[in-house]
Amino acid sequence: MRQVIHCKLSTDLLCLGLIILLAFSTSLSAQEGDPATGKTLFNANCAACHQLDKKMTGPALRDVEARLANDQGLDKAWIYAWIRNSAGVIKSGDAYGNKIFNEYGGTAMTAFPQLSDQDINNILAYTAEVKAEPVAQAVESATNTAETSGISNELILGALAILFVLLAAGLYLVNKTLRRFAAAKDIDLPETKRISIWKAFVQNQFLVLVTAIFLLLASAYFVYGYLMQIGVDQGYQPIQPIHFSHKIHTGDNAIDCKYCHSSARVSKTSGIPSLNVCMNCHKSIYEYKGETSVEFTKEFYDGEIKKLYAAAGWDDTAQQYTGDSQPVKWVRIHNLPDFVYFNHSQHVSVAGVECQTCHGPVETMEVVSQFAPLTMGWCIDCHRTTNVKVEGNAYYTKIHEELSKKYGVDKLTAAQMGGLECGKCHY
Amino acid sequence: MNHMKSLIKISVIFVVLITMTSCRKDTAPNYQFMPNMYAPISYETYGESTAFANGVEAQLSAEGTISRGHSLFEYENSIEGYALAKENLKSSLDSTQVNLDNAKILYDIYCGICHGVKGDGQGNLVKREKILGIPRYDDPARAINEGSIYHTIYYGKNAMGSYANLLNEKERWEVVSYVLKLKADLEK
Repeated sequence: MRQVIHCKLSTDLLCLGLIILLAFSTSLSAQEGDPATGKTLFNANCAACHQLDKKMTGPALRDVEARLANDQGLDKAWIYAWIRNSAGVIKSGDAYGNKIFNEYGGTAMTAFPQLSDQDINNILAYTAEVKAEPVAQAVESATNTAETSGISNELILGALAILFVLLAAGLYLVNKTLRRFAAAKDIDLPETKRISIWKAFVQNQFLVLVTAIFLLLASAYFVYGYLMQIGVDQGYQPIQPIHFSHKIHTGDNAIDCKYCHSSARVSKTSGIPSLNVCMNCHKSIYEYKGETSVEFTKEFYDGEIKKLYAAAGWDDTAQQYTGDSQPVKWVRIHNLPDFVYFNHSQHVSVAGVECQTCHGPVETMEVVSQFAPLTMGWCIDCHRTTNVKVEGNAYYTKIHEELSKKYGVDKLTAAQMGGLECGKCHY
Repeated sequence: MNHMKSLIKISVIFVVLITMTSCRKDTAPNYQFMPNMYAPISYETYGESTAFANGVEAQLSAEGTISRGHSLFEYENSIEGYALAKENLKSSLDSTQVNLDNAKILYDIYCGICHGVKGDGQGNLVKREKILGIPRYDDPARAINEGSIYHTIYYGKNAMGSYANLLNEKERWEVVSYVLKLKADLEK
């Protein structure tokens, strides 16, 4: 029996120890919080409206716990209450709560009743982290890589140039030495008697005739080529008033073309996005954090975002519109003559043609250039080879079937649907 | 020496030819054959124009008017308007008028980039840490419904902008239906 009691005692002791240990450990973490977990929680719950060092929809939150304690005398309990139900705190007549509520234009903070004390402590631990200084190393490495690529190109070119110079010098030296040998050995170098090459040429009438015909044909070829490229702007790559990198937006971030060019779905024009579309994202994205190069540095991109803010009339520090906006004079790249009618929605929505079919790999272009020639021949070629999208078009099924029977084909091309008729595009 | 001279001549001609052919600037448009048939006489969509005070073609509709195909939206862009919409606003489409396939296409273009194709707040921009803090649609604290979703699409909310000019009224309601579907899927 004694032993049993002892046993019970020891298990009791163990339990007590465990409880103490658990209590201690929770209190430990309750005081400190885990910044890494806090970051995840912060990004998931808070970052829509708060940033650490910049006012957004809500105030900046770096060191919020310490600041509230020191400046307002508010403890953690207040923060818990505020995060879980800010409306309740405001309603209770809390002075600071009402002040901050009015300061941010009466925008109520979403309640987060699901966040535990531990979660909030983690978030606070994350906000209390010391601000990391802008990493000089990254910049350094960026310039380094840029330099190395520049150097390697220059090195190759330089090496080639030196090689050629050496070759030329070598040949010259060989020639000189051979002549010196000849002179030393008293060998007479045969002096060739030369007629001027021009005289020889003129004397040979056949050669003159052939050359004349060749020259005429060649010049005709070039004149034809020159005339045919008039009015064709393939490769046209104007400089835009605000540098907009399609590579970053559609390539890296995979934003759909139609997000910005939304009217391509429903209208004749593909649509230049009005600046509010830019601001949908750039309210939150005020600096560039991606890859840079020598020509396109972070400062350059940040400057372009500033230009956007100026044009849209967005005051980034106050986080509100000033009302003083400027239209941006974008330069149109793809420009059809006025005598051609082209409708984007017909191609994008009805035919389901990819934007890239005509505009090329825009998602890889840092500066957009015209990809297709946009000549009539180019249009016609595509109409001749492209099958009409008939799937899921119940209304026209019968017409499509009858037309296919008439032409004796399986699939109708745009041309067979009348895509070559003059009046379809010229009227 | 004679050869030398002709060599120099030939190379000069080559250099001139190369510079002439390589001189075409890509930053300027090419010549046009008959410019008067290229340039439009009518007002073009995004042109400059002296017809309007601010010098651009793109204009807001006149105050107090409603454009064709649009209708009056009676809820204000404010916290109260949001609450009212959440309480009262109902979809103008019945279930037969909603094409969820079409709505999915629209959702993936305009919303999925942040809210994620499943509505879990994990869009590509969130994954790349460009925009953060996108809530899940099944967030119990927000408890979104059709009225509040429409109000948010129409006016935007917090850092989200308005999508009223990217989607027309029918498309907005279709997207609302699709968001509700995603919400239901998340809550399963």
